[in-house]
Amino acid sequence: MRYIPHTPEDIRQMLSAIGVEKVEDLFSPVPEKVRLKRDMELPGPFSEAELLMEIKRLSRANAEVDSTTSFLGGGAYNHFIPAVVDHLISRSEFYTAYTPYQPEISQGTLQMIFEYQSLICQLTGMEVANASMYDGATACAEAVLMAVRTTRRKKVLISAGLHPEWRRTVETYCRYLELELHSVPLDEAGQTDAAVLESLLDSETACLVAGYPNFFGVIENLEALFVKAAAKGALGVAAVQEPVALGLLKSPGELGADIVVGEGQSFGIPLSFGGPGLGFFAAKEKLMRTMPGRLVGRTRDLDGNPGFVLTLATREQHIRREKATSNICSNQGLCALMAAIYLCLVGKRGLRDLASQNLAKAAYAKERLCALPGVSMVYTGATFNEFALKVEGDLEALLEKLAGRKLLAGIHLRRFDAARAGQLLVCVTEQNSREQIDALVDAMAGGMQ
Amino acid sequence: MSQVAGGLIQEEKLIFEHSDPGRRGFDLPPLDVPEARLPEGLVRSDIPGFPEVSEVDVVRHFTRLSTWNYGVDGGFYPLGSCTMKYNPKINELLCRLPGFAHAHPYAPEALSQGALELMYRLQLALGEISGFPALTLQPAAGAHGELAGMLMIRAWHESRGNPRRKVLIPDTAHGTNPATAAMCGYEVVPVASDADGTLKARTVAELMDEDVAALMMTNPNTLGLFESDVKEICDIVHAKGGLVYADGANLNALMGIARPADMGIDVMHFNLHKTFSTPHGGGGPGSGPVGVTEKLAPFLPVPVVVEENGRYRLKSDLPRSIGRMKAFYGHFGVLVRAYAYICTLGPKGLRHASEMAVLAANYVRARLEGTYHLPYRERSMHEVVFSDRDLAGHCATLDVAKALIDRGYHPPTIYFPLVVRGALMIEPTETESKEVLDEFCDAMLEIARAAEEDPQSLKDAPVRAKVRRLDEAAAARKPVLRWMPGN
Repeated sequence: MRYIPHTPEDIRQMLSAIGVEKVEDLFSPVPEKVRLKRDMELPGPFSEAELLMEIKRLSRANAEVDSTTSFLGGGAYNHFIPAVVDHLISRSEFYTAYTPYQPEISQGTLQMIFEYQSLICQLTGMEVANASMYDGATACAEAVLMAVRTTRRKKVLISAGLHPEWRRTVETYCRYLELELHSVPLDEAGQTDAAVLESLLDSETACLVAGYPNFFGVIENLEALFVKAAAKGALGVAAVQEPVALGLLKSPGELGADIVVGEGQSFGIPLSFGGPGLGFFAAKEKLMRTMPGRLVGRTRDLDGNPGFVLTLATREQHIRREKATSNICSNQGLCALMAAIYLCLVGKRGLRDLASQNLAKAAYAKERLCALPGVSMVYTGATFNEFALKVEGDLEALLEKLAGRKLLAGIHLRRFDAARAGQLLVCVTEQNSREQIDALVDAMAGGMQ
Repeated sequence: MSQVAGGLIQEEKLIFEHSDPGRRGFDLPPLDVPEARLPEGLVRSDIPGFPEVSEVDVVRHFTRLSTWNYGVDGGFYPLGSCTMKYNPKINELLCRLPGFAHAHPYAPEALSQGALELMYRLQLALGEISGFPALTLQPAAGAHGELAGMLMIRAWHESRGNPRRKVLIPDTAHGTNPATAAMCGYEVVPVASDADGTLKARTVAELMDEDVAALMMTNPNTLGLFESDVKEICDIVHAKGGLVYADGANLNALMGIARPADMGIDVMHFNLHKTFSTPHGGGGPGSGPVGVTEKLAPFLPVPVVVEENGRYRLKSDLPRSIGRMKAFYGHFGVLVRAYAYICTLGPKGLRHASEMAVLAANYVRARLEGTYHLPYRERSMHEVVFSDRDLAGHCATLDVAKALIDRGYHPPTIYFPLVVRGALMIEPTETESKEVLDEFCDAMLEIARAAEEDPQSLKDAPVRAKVRRLDEAAAARKPVLRWMPGN
């Protein structure tokens, strides 16, 4: 076994130093009655060459975005990843290290996280960001728990425009905490209905969670929503599933958000069938000491030189145990590194250009698709790189037909809600050429006849 | 002998301090559609402080940062309870295969068969290793798996009409256990371990009543000791209608030796980033699949991966499910690596890995026992916990840790578990050779001598790292958590 170095002679010497005869003797505390008395039935052992062949075979049974034309989004986005990202994260000093418990030999990870925290603050317009959470959905759930902790209120309002899987994750986290979760419907524009929000807000409301852009691609009027929430002492939580939009859109901080969470997969992280991604979590400074997750801070060493450490650990589970702000004890270190590298490469102007291209391509696709007979927009509000269409006829059959030609036209929203049968969520990024968009339009036109 | 010599350590500013307006490290193809504009009032004017740097700036910056880190590839990393074994390189290549790395989670199932088949096979493999008939791969990390597991336990109790109120947690438990129980609305009742460091059936019998929903245990426990009473303990909990949760952090001691389900455990999470060799990534991403017994299977998070006539699909219609733990289906990229690891070792190889992990821990123990105080003397499994009680010169565990850094090692886990004052928790893993273990033990013995002869040299350590000991109190008192223009 090439990962295990011990020769029979090494084993003999080690056993002798321990003072036992056989390896078997080391397991004496394991009672006979719980022992496994047979070999396990598992695949392998495989040589490296066999393994490569076998796993490659499985990987080829998947459609990857390079061999298809994909307009799939819905919280997982196909953006270009510069070669530099994978090159740098493949440095084993980064990927074979663990949580920076020993700061003197973890300054690389620590400074990187400090920079990541700074980048997330700049993007979101917030004052403090943590070292990252598992994904956007869990970050959103933790934001709700933090709002409940901070306000000591029990009522949570969630916009119907929040990603349905994020909503379900929030429900799971809140399941046994005796909270009241209410949905705030969308209006014709596809924005959270301000009038209904007004009627639901009261002195027991902990927070309002709204997508930005929301799940249907619509850009919410956060300012109007959060002003109403603040008037009742409730926190405004912005949930960003496509953060490339923040290259162009006003930051949630500018619009009055107290907490901003999101999914950072768009920032240089491969789709990887939905994970690992990156949950980002940022808030106003006044909420700092109730935040979940790791935080990195700047300090000085014995000689007065600058350095970084994990800080404010008294919020965390290893110190506070059952009174901790969360049970989380890791972050998405390597994914945060990918995002930090990506954002530094793309930079201030690059992010704006990238967002502008996404906007333009999606606008072009939207205009051409909506010109087709039987196709119209579900909502009237402004969108970024994603939009929901109403498609007449048997949408599932149409999508299947197109998929047979390796054209993935979008996500049939029936998947999340039976009432949305016939609605198609289409995402267009900088990876989709005009030729691809035209091909989609032609195929939809042809397929619908 | 020390492994390190003085070397070149480069200084490096924050990336923001490299910024120069007009520089860029990224380009786009020319826009091939008409430009579009958003309505007035939606657009931001600037991202203040956001960097403008070239590709070269970025590569040099992060390369320099990386050189200040210590990783498993660079040296011995005996961080107890974290199982810092070697991360196989082929697995890094496999998870990057385009069919996996570029697979969209909402692609039609017919076009996702490879990913789903891999997940299904991994479920089967983890089921065989642990003995559990049903699994979810969705949780993103160990603590996340714990939350899923405890939510399932609560859902099961609720389905029987009474959620119960309390959860028993031994004093040797990871801090995540009590935090998780609290997130499920349970009150935590600490359980004292016995003088020999293990949990006794009689202790559990005294505390167990019909208001206890579950006992959470770790086996081997965080002292590295096998809980020999585990079967009796599970029987006692079951007899009063409770369930037993196991923290799978220490599964590396048991593969092919004994299976948690056979011990009577009802729910257990795996840490793929520990036992199954996936990289720790500087703090993540991990992966925390959960195995459960048949009666808890209806409560698994959705979706679950199922096989029907050779086709694989995601099943979401589980009416009693606890719901979703996250978006999509889990850390698929991590699952690929773990499955590849299992295939590479095979059934005998996994057992051999556990045997060699236990051998290595006991060997380190044999070499250091007598010099370092060993508070619990039962046979060690995959890790061993010493204390700083017998160190001369007022030297403490922290000094040993920092002195190890100067000698070229990552320190063990320190000051945990809490039941040992000044704990030094050493987990060598099976991938370290006798030669490496000997050099490490020599360094530990030399440090103990230095505590007697020159204690100040330990208190000054480290002197060879990028920075010396950092002022953590100042960091927490006046937190600086981000860079701002002008600071």
